[in-house]
Amino acid sequence: MSQQPSIFDILGPIMIGPSSSHTAGASRIGYIARQLLHDEPKKAVITLYNSFAKTHKGHGTDKAIIGGILGFGPDDERIRESHELAKKQGLEWEFQFRGDATKFHSNTARVKLFGKKGGAVEVVGASLGGGRIRIQEIEGFPVDFTAQAHTLVIIADDIPGSIKNISGAIAEHGVNIANMFVSRNETKANMVIELDQAVNAETLQKIESLSWVRFVRHVEPMTEHSSRYEK
Amino acid sequence: MEFNLLADIAEYCAREKKDMAQAMLDYEMKNKHLSREDVYSGLKRVLLTMEDSVEQGLTQMVISPSGMLNNWAKTVYNSKTETLGPRLKKAIARAIAVGEVNACMGKIAAAPTAGSAGIMPAVLVTMIEEHNIPREKLLDGLLVSSAVGLIFAKNSSFAGSEAGCMGETGSAAAMAAATIVYLLGGTNDQILEAVGFALKASMGLVCDPVGGLVEEPCTTRNAVGVANAFVSAQMALAGIKSLIPVDEVIFATKEVGDLMSPRLKESGQGGLANTKTGRDIQKRVFRTAE
Repeated sequence: MSQQPSIFDILGPIMIGPSSSHTAGASRIGYIARQLLHDEPKKAVITLYNSFAKTHKGHGTDKAIIGGILGFGPDDERIRESHELAKKQGLEWEFQFRGDATKFHSNTARVKLFGKKGGAVEVVGASLGGGRIRIQEIEGFPVDFTAQAHTLVIIADDIPGSIKNISGAIAEHGVNIANMFVSRNETKANMVIELDQAVNAETLQKIESLSWVRFVRHVEPMTEHSSRYEK
Repeated sequence: MEFNLLADIAEYCAREKKDMAQAMLDYEMKNKHLSREDVYSGLKRVLLTMEDSVEQGLTQMVISPSGMLNNWAKTVYNSKTETLGPRLKKAIARAIAVGEVNACMGKIAAAPTAGSAGIMPAVLVTMIEEHNIPREKLLDGLLVSSAVGLIFAKNSSFAGSEAGCMGETGSAAAMAAATIVYLLGGTNDQILEAVGFALKASMGLVCDPVGGLVEEPCTTRNAVGVANAFVSAQMALAGIKSLIPVDEVIFATKEVGDLMSPRLKESGQGGLANTKTGRDIQKRVFRTAE
């Protein structure tokens, strides 16, 4: 993968306005939270920080995040009516605002989702401009990824050999690991693994079946190109 | 494949006997492992989005949630008074149309940013209307604009918070000026001269939107950006020179952006955002968010 910018970084993103950071980026944070929940959401508690908190109304940040949670991409015109559509789907939500959270990037959102099957996930993401985002926290673990590559997020008991086992399962199916970040608390480890290709369902099941693995999610890349080329 | 200067791209064109659109096609195909069809279908989607956004702004009711924009594109388009005939009037109305659609949560293609998204569509639609340029050729025009954007992004910045509006409507006007020269059969040298003229006219332009919203003065600055693009392309096609080589002009925009006070770069603390009326509007729009 080349590091050179794409011409579609300049002619794009194709997006719902008005702001690549406050609208397009915000929708992507919601969309990633939805992928990490891996279920139909029934409730969302969203905290907007700093510039997001102060200017969300004028930029439709609240509509964009709910749209993302419903699975809409940043160029999906349903974002405009996302609140009405969410109500129809039985999603309840609540926004909280923290205008002066200096430890967070100026455009940050915390999204806590509760799924219909009983699961829940809490994600913090920052919108960096141009529609690009950075996920900074998942389930209380500090993380750092942009969702521009296929990304695996795994939370597991912190036992010796856990990293070797998981990377082995991925390599077994011929998928290259581009980057791997590990963080720990007292008992658990969080791994964020960026891959050159998607992993197949079999690999995911194999990792999930390990007794000490608590949470496995595949986040698909958030490039514009995939949706742009569908026509 | 790497281009770091507009001169690099011009050199590649001379060496490979290709035009600037073909150079950028090669660049995208090689770096992103895409076929020619992939790149053109991506460009088609950008062009369709741009055309739709112009159309929407000229035909639908567009009143921004803040109330600052209120069907201005149609007002300009239908105006009976014409300072320079219908062409300029219609061209700038198209840019305002996209700005209004963007403010109303419509679909736009950032080019290079959402705040400057009106300039490229207005220029492309105007080139169809006034010069009968075939739509297929406009895709090559988009490729040429991406050459300018690519080098500007590398050596300066699109971010209003780093380079002010110079980085947004200034770079968009430069991209559009290059497109016009290319579509009218200008040489690579003339393309680069046009880019230089457009950027020199935008040097030091601040980013001071009222309430931090992409509305005032962004929308009317897009209109001025369209005029800048046509003026710059006209001068270059006539054969006059920008004197300072375009890559040096781009480095100068970086220096100027760095020298500009942060208060004038998308912080809402200076310029129009900091006027009495600007502050009053901000309070009115955001009173529920405090």
